Amino acid sequence: MNGTGRVKDMLHLYVHYVSLNVRSAMQHKASFFLQITGQLLTSCTTFLGIYFMFLRFHIVAGYTYSDVLLCFSVVLMQFSLAEMFARGFDTFSGMVRRGEFDRILVRPRGEVLQVLGSKFELTRIGRLLQAVIVFVYGVFAARVHWTALRVLTLVSMLLGGILLFSGLFLVYAAFCFFTLEGLEFMNVFTDGGREYGKYPIDVYGKRMQQFATFIIPYTLVQYYPLQILIGRSDNWVYALYPMGALVFLAACYAFWRFGVRHYTSSGS
Amino acid sequence: MIVMENICKTYRVQRRSAGIKEACRSLFCRDYEYIHALDNVSFTIHDGEMIGYMGPNGAGKSSTIKILSGILVPDSGKCEIDGLTPWKNRVAHVSRIGVVFGQRSQLWWDIPVIDSFELLRDIYAVPEKRYRENLEELTELLQLSELLKTPTRQLSLGQRMRCEIAAALVHSPSLLFLDEPTIGLDAVSKLAVRDFIRRQNSEHGTTVILTTHDMQDIAAIARRVILIGKGRILLDGTLDDIRREGGADDLEKAAAGLYRKLEIS
Repeated sequence: MNGTGRVKDMLHLYVHYVSLNVRSAMQHKASFFLQITGQLLTSCTTFLGIYFMFLRFHIVAGYTYSDVLLCFSVVLMQFSLAEMFARGFDTFSGMVRRGEFDRILVRPRGEVLQVLGSKFELTRIGRLLQAVIVFVYGVFAARVHWTALRVLTLVSMLLGGILLFSGLFLVYAAFCFFTLEGLEFMNVFTDGGREYGKYPIDVYGKRMQQFATFIIPYTLVQYYPLQILIGRSDNWVYALYPMGALVFLAACYAFWRFGVRHYTSSGS
Repeated sequence: MIVMENICKTYRVQRRSAGIKEACRSLFCRDYEYIHALDNVSFTIHDGEMIGYMGPNGAGKSSTIKILSGILVPDSGKCEIDGLTPWKNRVAHVSRIGVVFGQRSQLWWDIPVIDSFELLRDIYAVPEKRYRENLEELTELLQLSELLKTPTRQLSLGQRMRCEIAAALVHSPSLLFLDEPTIGLDAVSKLAVRDFIRRQNSEHGTTVILTTHDMQDIAAIARRVILIGKGRILLDGTLDDIRREGGADDLEKAAAGLYRKLEIS
């Protein structure tokens, strides 16, 4: 099989996995809709947090209410999309514990594709829906004037963000090859990235901004391109910054490969 | 053909005594013990053989199967299956093997069995025509026609196991690993599973490696028995060899006698 044929074949298989996941989720109708509603409501608290903050203060570190809403909603979209697709890595410790990774290894397909396919979380659409609503509201409140550059920036931010959070989930999963205990600390970077990411990173000071650029590049998918979106900058290079997440993802993948080689399956 | 030569595998296991004091101590300094799961394991298996791989709990059966199926990498030794090294040529190797883990399901829990089969067809890239033929044959021999449209969670254990075995054969593998395929099954299902495996071997020449504690499974399926204990191969022969060495006609008793005699249980 040539290159394109192989990619097509992998995509076909992935779509097949997704369809089985959706069919499985639909089997339990009540639980399916309850989960979507739950997802929609839980992240509302974050939104209310921002809302009440801005009832008191009209500007936070130079950002207006609508600026922050745009930032918050884009990050939430990035996160919920990443969670929808890469949920298999988020729940990977259970997979290792139950010995299901053995099954993946005895099948003639890449490990990443199989883990991705094992869990496609459609219920995250609830959280996504909320993000979209806040985003639309933010766009109107900020009176964003849509130019080609801004549309491109938004698409780039979403793509980069999905890659960044997926990379974090991948690292989280890779840790499971070494230890199944104490994995909670990774949530600081995944859930934490989502929670703190509701404000543009420079709000938290210079040290934080450095960390979030060079260690885990949150700023590349958030702070820099956001400047274009909220009309503070016209520098088109910022629109390309989110693609830096590819480098981060590559590093995460290297760590994952290292973990797979280290794998010793548990139990009999 | 399977060739295993001097395969060794050692695990590092943490050791500590009971008690809160010991638990606290283990936070800072840990004692490890090395367990030799496999110690110079060698054997050769020819195409179309039916092997009963037996031994007490913790003897190294699972480790051997995991190495043969490309899940584990041994510390040293050589292993070639039809010219491929499982852990080096994983993808090429595993597309030609089928694995049934009796205690773990590979079927999707909430959806009809046929949906899982169709996913496996795509995973193994089985051509449509061959998939149809295989499915037809498996459906007939394992009496699956009623079960295929049922979600896995609604199947009885015996029904599920028949589906699991079929799932492992959808891509017509030339080598089949069975790990406790009859555990928990009733008498009728057990006989059906054993019958089917014998037939699969005689009609398709599938090599079968069976690990189980059920001596009747071994008696019904295996023509050659390999006994492993404490990571070493202790006997490689026929059922009669087990009976003679174990000093009993009844296989169950012979196996128990043998384990005691060799001090491996």
